[in-house]
Amino acid sequence: MALDRWIALIILIICSIYGYTAFFTMDAGLPPFMQRNPMWPSTFPKVLSVLAIITSLIVLLGLEKGNGEEKAPEINYRRLTDYKLGQALMLLGLMVAYALFLRPAGFLISTTVFLVAGAAILGERKMHILIPVGLVAAGSIWYLVQEVLGIFLRPWPFFMIGGA
Amino acid sequence: MLEGILIGVGSALSVTNILMVIGGCLIGTFIGMLPGLGPMSIIAIMIPVAITIGDPSAALILLAGVYYGAIFGGSTSSILINAPGVASTVATSFDGYPLTRQGKAGKALTVAAISSFVGGTVGAILLMIFAPMLASVALLFHSAEYFALMVVGLSAIAAFAGTGQVGKAMLMTLLGLIMATVGEGALFNMPRFTMGVMDLQSGFGFITLAMAMFALPEAIFLILDPNRSKTGSSNEIKDLRITKEEAKSIAPVIGRQSIQGFLVGVLPGAGATIASFLGYAVERNIASKEEQDKFGKGSVKGLAAPEAANNAACTGSFVPLLTLGIPGSGTTAILLGALIALNVTPGPRLMVDDPQIFWAVIISMYIGNVILLILNLPLIPYIAKVLAVPRNYLIPFILFFTLMGAYIGQNNATELLILVGFGVCATILRFADYPLAPLLIGFILGRMLEDNFARSMQLYDGFSFVLERPMTMGLLVLAAILVVLPSYRARRARLRAEGTADGD
Repeated sequence: MALDRWIALIILIICSIYGYTAFFTMDAGLPPFMQRNPMWPSTFPKVLSVLAIITSLIVLLGLEKGNGEEKAPEINYRRLTDYKLGQALMLLGLMVAYALFLRPAGFLISTTVFLVAGAAILGERKMHILIPVGLVAAGSIWYLVQEVLGIFLRPWPFFMIGGA
Repeated sequence: MLEGILIGVGSALSVTNILMVIGGCLIGTFIGMLPGLGPMSIIAIMIPVAITIGDPSAALILLAGVYYGAIFGGSTSSILINAPGVASTVATSFDGYPLTRQGKAGKALTVAAISSFVGGTVGAILLMIFAPMLASVALLFHSAEYFALMVVGLSAIAAFAGTGQVGKAMLMTLLGLIMATVGEGALFNMPRFTMGVMDLQSGFGFITLAMAMFALPEAIFLILDPNRSKTGSSNEIKDLRITKEEAKSIAPVIGRQSIQGFLVGVLPGAGATIASFLGYAVERNIASKEEQDKFGKGSVKGLAAPEAANNAACTGSFVPLLTLGIPGSGTTAILLGALIALNVTPGPRLMVDDPQIFWAVIISMYIGNVILLILNLPLIPYIAKVLAVPRNYLIPFILFFTLMGAYIGQNNATELLILVGFGVCATILRFADYPLAPLLIGFILGRMLEDNFARSMQLYDGFSFVLERPMTMGLLVLAAILVVLPSYRARRARLRAEGTADGD
């Protein structure tokens, strides 16, 4: 089964759970005065879940046929390992790490580390250029966001609050 | 209308707003040139900046400038290195890149700039004429018609997805609508589908979703396939002039394609990409035999047509956004989200309630076009240097800006995890050739769709509004036809190909 039909199957499962919630469990806590309303919070989700289940079945069962010509895909997922998959996964991991460390480690440190580590994962080895670039970028972006846009970003790690 | 134009001129010509246009165009050109960052990603990244500006007209002017700049920048990279940064400039590379290889890069850039300028300007004039007309018709619409109109818009987007894709596009639209129901609706004050997670109480963040749908997959594709960002040796750009004969031959092309591109851009779901391909195809078909042979080998006509068309279409796509509040493309959907975040509801009331916003945007389109012509064209040789930024530096920065965009808006680190999660899902969806713009449009329209639906249900105490209001009925029938027609025609074509008699 091709990837697009697997995706349709997953969407079908999600929509079925969604539809089950809309049809059977959501209305239980509905206060009586709302029940006289023609529109319940579950009305729209009910309609959507039915339509989505029908559509995902159409895609899953391949009822709609294309004109036969396969477009050359931008990336052939069947040969994913031919691409730089390791780099992509490592960078995604780095993004997750950034999300987790942004608050505790402060903006300046996490951003510099993120930029330097990101470039290093991609194969950059000229650290004497990379580290200054990372530092300058982190500093100037912090200045722009904090001073020009007026959005607070905690610059320093958690143990230095107020120490800036 | 004259009064409106004067308001617009007054507001667009303020120093801040002119700086916004200049800044937007430059940023757009700059980033639009980078392979992998299209107008949608750039606008999504710029939204936090625009929102913090606070003044809706300045913000919209900035974003519109970025939009134009990105299209212009995209055509520059198509011409110079055959790497269209944006889908709508793919057709530009057909004839633009051959010209560069013949050493006529400067000429190609000039033709592209002039065509873009005319296309954008004609588009702005048509917008000025059509938008108020459409808005005054739209004022007659009630919530029932709005609901139906949004259904038409959403089905049109699915219908334009192409053969074999309608089902997938519809599924994506529905998924977007479903995602919009997560969180607390204004109508019920009751959390829905949050699965008990506090962070989902207010629903998914729209900027997060926009980043995850467009910027992040594009960046992941760049990482996976180094060839996508391959930047060839930058050619010397000299001699920007074009001859009189060339000017004479492209003038009618530009004229036709500006109008055609605008009309295509107005249609929901069509947009600049279809306009540019259609423009290219039409011009090739009506050209004389000997000129037809030159198409694809460096014909100035073949370059002028898609460029005029895609810029006019960009302007055209503002018509449904500003008059009906319904975005026709992914880019205008992001703009709509930004407007809502700025507490402006686009729609027919916009012209009545906030005329300064409406007209300032239109006037700033003229200014933007002039700036692209007089400021960017001479600067292009220098701006093109950005293409030399090494990939190892470029990609971490793209990822970082994606993260920042999602973070600044909410100041919430959970948002970043949601971003990465959805980004991975979106990348997998792109592997399988699912269109992602319908999902975002569905997500943005979802809440409005439900509100209007609820209002009509309450007014008519049930579904009877569909039967009692002929216009609603008509629009809904139109939506159904739009969805069914492509698969019906594909089926008939297939039956005919198999030799089955089909009766007519």
